[in-house]
Amino acid sequence: MSVLVYVEQVDGKFKKSVFEAVSYAKAIADKQSTNLTAISIGNVGENELKELGKYGASRVLNVSNDQLKNFVNQAYASVIAEAAKKENADVIVLSNSFSGKGLAPRIAVKLEAGLVDGAVELPQLDGGKFQVKKTAFSGKAFAITELTSAIKVIALNPNAFGTKENATDAAIEAFSPEVKSTDLAAIVKEVIRATNKISLPDAELVVSAGRGLKGPENWGMIEELASLLGAATACSKPVSDADWRPHEEHVGQTGIAISPNLYIAIGISGAIQHLAGVSSSKVIVVINKDPEAPFFKVADYGIVGDAFEVVPKLIEALKAHKG
Amino acid sequence: MQKDNLKPYDFMTFNNQIYKSMKILVCISNVPDTTTKITFTNDNTQFNTSGVQFIVNPYDEIALSRAIELCEGGKGTVTVINVGEVATEPTIRKALAIGADDAVRINAAPRDAYFTAYQIAEYAKSNDFDMILCGRESIDYNGSQVAAMIGEFLDIPSISIIKKLDSDGSTATVEREIEGGKEIISVTGKFIASCAEGTAEPKIPNMRGIMSARTKPLQVVEAKEIAQLSKVQQFETPPPRGAVKLVPAEDPAKLIDLLHQEAKVI
Ligand SMILES: Cc1cc2nc3c(=O)[nH]c(=O)nc-3n(C[C@H](O)[C@H](O)[C@H](O)COP(=O)(O)OP(=O)(O)OC[C@H]3O[C@@H](n4cnc5c(N)ncnc54)[C@H](O)[C@@H]3O)c2cc1C
Repeated sequence: MSVLVYVEQVDGKFKKSVFEAVSYAKAIADKQSTNLTAISIGNVGENELKELGKYGASRVLNVSNDQLKNFVNQAYASVIAEAAKKENADVIVLSNSFSGKGLAPRIAVKLEAGLVDGAVELPQLDGGKFQVKKTAFSGKAFAITELTSAIKVIALNPNAFGTKENATDAAIEAFSPEVKSTDLAAIVKEVIRATNKISLPDAELVVSAGRGLKGPENWGMIEELASLLGAATACSKPVSDADWRPHEEHVGQTGIAISPNLYIAIGISGAIQHLAGVSSSKVIVVINKDPEAPFFKVADYGIVGDAFEVVPKLIEALKAHKG
Repeated sequence: MQKDNLKPYDFMTFNNQIYKSMKILVCISNVPDTTTKITFTNDNTQFNTSGVQFIVNPYDEIALSRAIELCEGGKGTVTVINVGEVATEPTIRKALAIGADDAVRINAAPRDAYFTAYQIAEYAKSNDFDMILCGRESIDYNGSQVAAMIGEFLDIPSISIIKKLDSDGSTATVEREIEGGKEIISVTGKFIASCAEGTAEPKIPNMRGIMSARTKPLQVVEAKEIAQLSKVQQFETPPPRGAVKLVPAEDPAKLIDLLHQEAKVI
């Protein structure tokens, strides 16, 4: 028995959500009195791999193979399943990222393993059961899901568990499984990534704006507020539908679901479909000129006022606060 | 394209070019309307369906709309498939009204993604589809599992959460969403993809579509057995939040203070 965590790299680096997955997997390994092994695929330097030890991975399987330079879920799933067999792993953890969502189901089928995606808490192991709490109904509820298979796969939501330091010295081992050519039928032609922006699903702080902003030309103050806070920007559905903002900023039931530490909603009414995707944010701030806006009912802090007056003042106050 | 090794019904002409007729399978999930207030019954072990309107999962509508676009002008046919009991047929008819050519219902309650994916994969194995499309996730259980599981059952590429899809009939080019960007992926041969916003504008059924949907073929197939690996034991609703603390509009500095000192998030 052991626990295996897949550590997704981006340009040779691990993001915070990866360290969260390692911390989470370590906590499971501790509960089961077993060891945690990490598997990394792609070109990651030794120093970065060593970082995984900080959060409790005692071994790291390092798959450095040019064929696997780009993420191809079919091939990655084979490699991870192979590692799971070799390590006799009965729990496999990964981040519920865009890539994780394409990977976890394939691993689960290969290993005939039950899968919980969008996990938000550690498994409960009472009475010999293995139960994991996950989000359901787009954040409107949680589902406690029991996995009854011998092997279990868990995809952990970002920003749900946090990181926990647990320093060990990670031993790095090369792992070179054979890659089937049929696993590489999907070919990644190009990867386009904005490096200067904080990506929304990973963001701890989010500044979001809606139709109350009147037009795309008014997003300057939203961008400035976000950049001062080190926050990502988001928007409501009508805003992305009207192409005021790109689709990937659209949050809610039919956009992406997020749970940052702070969600600031400016000029957003708080429709049920919008709230579905953001209501699990830890702290919600609402700025809206309508005191009756439904969003205030789920907010922790609020300002009733015109965004075009409040936001510039907020920016000034934030600059003063930062000194 | 070479006609020689194709059967007569495999190709058709369009704008003086010969195309292999494309066969697309679109997976449709029957989900509660987005305005549904989510409640549970039987000690929070079951979703309370009383008074709930069911709809075609909004992401599946996007997938279906793109499939219809790709087949426009007689370039192919679109089959929708749903794993569900007879009560889901209105949702299937809605998909036919939007423009699918025919439908299949696998007669079983979809107990989890593994079960659902297995049924669809089994159906796809005995019916030669060029492409299978799903929505990025269902808005009830939010699994985003079905597409990649079908891909694995069929041992074909699966591309999750795409925003763009083009195909020349043999090679498809898709854009996959990643954190802070996108990937351009090319895939030749059979594949499955799960579609997000951007892939297509959802089509709205017109009167002709609604009329013809009633008579389009809807085949019912019995489900096959497979081991159950997961089961929802209990639901919870999020704890209610306390009352909102209002800060005067003239004094946003107060808000910064509260976020820093009290909430400790900045
Ligand atoms: C199937 C379906 C799925 C959907 N999915 C989503 C989803 O995923 N995400 C989503 O966001 N929506 C979704 N919606 C749409 C949702 O129902 C709402 O229409 C939408 O969220 C409203 O966006 P909004 O709050 O920006 O705009 P509005 O509802 O128009 O609200 C604008 C708000 O701005 C305020 N305002 C105006 N001027 C100012 C000012 N100067 N200063 C301050 N405040 C101001 C107004 O008081 C108002 O509250 C969905 C709808 C359907 C039917």
